[in-house]
Amino acid sequence: MTSTIEPEVGKSRRRKEDERLITGRTRWTDNLTLPGMLHLAVLRSPFAHAKIVSIDVTEAKSAPGVVAVYTGKDLDPESAIGMPCAWPITPDMKSPRRPILASDTVNFAGEGVAVVVARTAAEAQDALEAIDVDYDELPVVLGLENALAEGAPLVHEELGTNQNAVWVFDSAGAGTGSDVEDAIANSEVVLKRRFRQQRLVPAFMEPRACVVDPTGSQLVMWSATQVPHILKTMTAATLGLPEHKVRVIAPDVGGGFGGKIAVLPEEMMSTLIAQRLGKPVKWTESRSETMVAAHHGRDQIQDLTITANRDGTVTGLKVELLADMGAYLGLVGPGVPILGAFMFNAIYKFPAYHFACTNVFTNTTLTDAYRGAGRPEATFGIERIMDELAVELGMDPMELREKNWIKHEEFPFTTVAGLTYDSGNYEAATAKAKELFDYDGLRREQKERRESGDSVQLGIGISTFTEMCGLAPSRVLGSLDYAAGGWEHAEIRVLPTGKIEVITGASAHGQGHETAWSQIVADKLGVPFEDIEVIHGDTQSSHKGMDTYGSRSLVVGGIAVVKAADKVLAKAKPIAAHLMECAEDDLEFEAGKFSVKGTDSATSIQDIAWAVFSAHNLPDGVEPSLDSADTFDPENFSFPHGTHLCAAEVDTETGRVRLRSYVCVDDVGVAVNPLIVEGQVHGGLAQGIAQALFEEAVHDEGGTLTTGTFADYLLPSAADLPSFTTDRTETPSTTNPLGAKGVGEAGTIASTPAVVNAVIDAVRHFGVDDIEMPLTPMRVWHAIQHQTAAEGGLGSEAGGGLGSIDATGGAQ
Amino acid sequence: MRITVTVDGTSYTDDVEPRTLLVHHLRERVGKVGTVVGCDTSNCGACTVHLDGHSVKSCSVLAVQADGCEVTTIEGLARDGELHPVQKAFHENHALQCGFCTPGMIMQSIDLLADNPDPDEKAVREGLEGNLCRCTGYQNIVRAVRDAAHQMRPGAGPEAERLASDTASRVGAGGE
Ligand code: FES
Ligand code: FES
Repeated sequence: MTSTIEPEVGKSRRRKEDERLITGRTRWTDNLTLPGMLHLAVLRSPFAHAKIVSIDVTEAKSAPGVVAVYTGKDLDPESAIGMPCAWPITPDMKSPRRPILASDTVNFAGEGVAVVVARTAAEAQDALEAIDVDYDELPVVLGLENALAEGAPLVHEELGTNQNAVWVFDSAGAGTGSDVEDAIANSEVVLKRRFRQQRLVPAFMEPRACVVDPTGSQLVMWSATQVPHILKTMTAATLGLPEHKVRVIAPDVGGGFGGKIAVLPEEMMSTLIAQRLGKPVKWTESRSETMVAAHHGRDQIQDLTITANRDGTVTGLKVELLADMGAYLGLVGPGVPILGAFMFNAIYKFPAYHFACTNVFTNTTLTDAYRGAGRPEATFGIERIMDELAVELGMDPMELREKNWIKHEEFPFTTVAGLTYDSGNYEAATAKAKELFDYDGLRREQKERRESGDSVQLGIGISTFTEMCGLAPSRVLGSLDYAAGGWEHAEIRVLPTGKIEVITGASAHGQGHETAWSQIVADKLGVPFEDIEVIHGDTQSSHKGMDTYGSRSLVVGGIAVVKAADKVLAKAKPIAAHLMECAEDDLEFEAGKFSVKGTDSATSIQDIAWAVFSAHNLPDGVEPSLDSADTFDPENFSFPHGTHLCAAEVDTETGRVRLRSYVCVDDVGVAVNPLIVEGQVHGGLAQGIAQALFEEAVHDEGGTLTTGTFADYLLPSAADLPSFTTDRTETPSTTNPLGAKGVGEAGTIASTPAVVNAVIDAVRHFGVDDIEMPLTPMRVWHAIQHQTAAEGGLGSEAGGGLGSIDATGGAQ
Repeated sequence: MRITVTVDGTSYTDDVEPRTLLVHHLRERVGKVGTVVGCDTSNCGACTVHLDGHSVKSCSVLAVQADGCEVTTIEGLARDGELHPVQKAFHENHALQCGFCTPGMIMQSIDLLADNPDPDEKAVREGLEGNLCRCTGYQNIVRAVRDAAHQMRPGAGPEAERLASDTASRVGAGGE
């Protein structure tokens, strides 16, 4: 008899990871101390663009505790290629060499120019002040349009332009749709809008750090990185080291959000210095350093043209982007806008689509992946312009979406951008969200407030979205000129006592892999959750991997685990048959036991594990091991989707925005652990809402980041955010055996437009149809004031516009 | 300067530089690396510990100011292998993801509950205003703190009461 064991997948398991994290027994990189370890501190340029005339390090060299001081001239030549960029999006993309330390010109404020090595971190920091750098300031170029203007100062003089690359997708050319220019010429409605994606700071809570130990036969690097495997390969490639002599360990990592996807000049200089001195070194940055030196995210100007018929059917979409790369190219930076190319059409059936982006250099910190990478930007653009189109057409914005989205029965559906969405049910998620939100009730209240002229106005914001998760099918990455593949690796080791070690290439930094992977393996092998240990983040134990980003862990890495577990069972089966003296075909496997059909004769995985270990009685030719490994390369992305609804109250006298309620219903397919899914959604919402309302990296005219600490960069606290109502529908993905879709970025992607749409909706009757993010009280207030003044001043023209908007806004 | 600080029940005497911050003293000299540093402007709260029973950001206190004081860190909360109810509530309510803010959040939450044993949502949110978390969106943290309050409330059972009085003597009443 097999016992019925409750399945682990689908259960809200409390996390295995928590125990060490709530008791302070965590292994952060900065906790590590090795014998004889020295400390590094980096001197950073205060100027955004300058020639380095000279650097005098004599005084610093004799400062207390100082062991050595290096400048770019000392260190940088050891890397022929400079810091790597892995995504040459076009054959003629300009990829200026990014040095490990600048020795000739600095191109952004925060770029490293010298590094001090001392016995303590404080001594290293102190000695920075004794370094004398003579700079010759150069003209600074900031802002995407300025950078492309005639005669603009050039970030990289030798390139002769600030334009980095132009990448185009056209549905007529690709054969996925018709010509967008035809749609523009022939549609009844043509609406153009420009949106700005402000620059953001990923702001993981643990600052970056690395420790390099050169004293063993392998060089060991501990780093607060999201990508230990990529880092290992890139370290070898960048510094010309034999790859087998490098081991990278990502211990506990305190958040990433794409911000720790980079390969850092600091990691490279730490390696070079550790090798030269023959001693372990540690580099840990301060928060102020993180803000200027770790990559930023977003920073785009989006010009959108949408076309439609008067009945609300959309006919075309044209997207022209300018994307700020900063001063150099990040590891995957140039590809970030391209990920958006596939998402601008979102859940809608556009017959025609054209996308072009121009990547641009400016004298700022480089930009690279930040939670969602390209997809939040795209979702913002399309969800904002759908609202504007609804106003133009006099339709309810929800009705417009419903009219144009892919219907449940139309899946699988190949979009105009060339992706095939495997499954989805926008109707179900929307129906549930509307009910939880009380959509109709809030629309009624909105109308009443408008009519009574209440000083606090109510707005409703909608964002129905999808995204592509599970980055990525290797063939797709190849077609987009990304240097690597998108598979993931897993290994399962069955120990003699029947306990299990799962080794995953997808290294976690807060997503709960140890728990979720245990749940998957517990179900597959029928062993207790507690008997499973998940090992990750060390290129020695997990020798292959593509790491964690782009919501790929579960839908790529988790499937590799499933496949490896299947192999364990395949290896166990002939052994079980041998032990029970029956034919393999007579066996069935359930709840951890092979049993002979129709009898109560059974043998457990644990029994087989011991039999394999002792190897006393195995069938001929069988390897004495159940250990198995496999890789999974997805054949398609997965497409989570959802409906997010936000009710915002705007105080029209102060411009203050209060989120009254936020409801989202996400469809992430099968949820392995609903508790973790909910947590990911909450965190994602906070980040997306923060983009809408609070956060922006601001530079002054000289290129200095004026929001360079947590005192000026407004990361929301608990007091700044509401509680969210989250729920799910479950439409399994049809392209992986778990039916999972991924969730890491969904909240961030969907929430920014939901909030901005809500705020605009609240003040639209004043004539406001756009406000730049973040929607600070000052900006909201100004928008209202400006429109009110324009109404008085401009008379009938603006008045007429207001009249028509009023009529449509109030029509329910 | 020579200082003596009792950390998690053990007394440590050390020579420290006058400029050394308490957090660096704890991490580098006492070896309490459970307390972490997230910023250099006293904005993030990751470094929160209890100094004589009240929460402080240990990056804004000099080690010499802690001379003769009692410090409790995240590593000193569990007693006899038993987690503090707030630690337990964080686990139960999935109030952490990467966990980097967590030691500070837990220390601050305990102080908050000592001041207000039954806070409503608003009070919890305001009480945690000085502690930043980038992962959780705070909702589960708020839930955890309120759940812990409930667990620790007199009448919630003998176990909860024992833990509650334990906390009170360590945090609130144990102060001056
Ligand atoms: S490290 Fe102390 S408040 Fe941020
Ligand atoms: S759990 Fe990651 S910062 Fe709070």
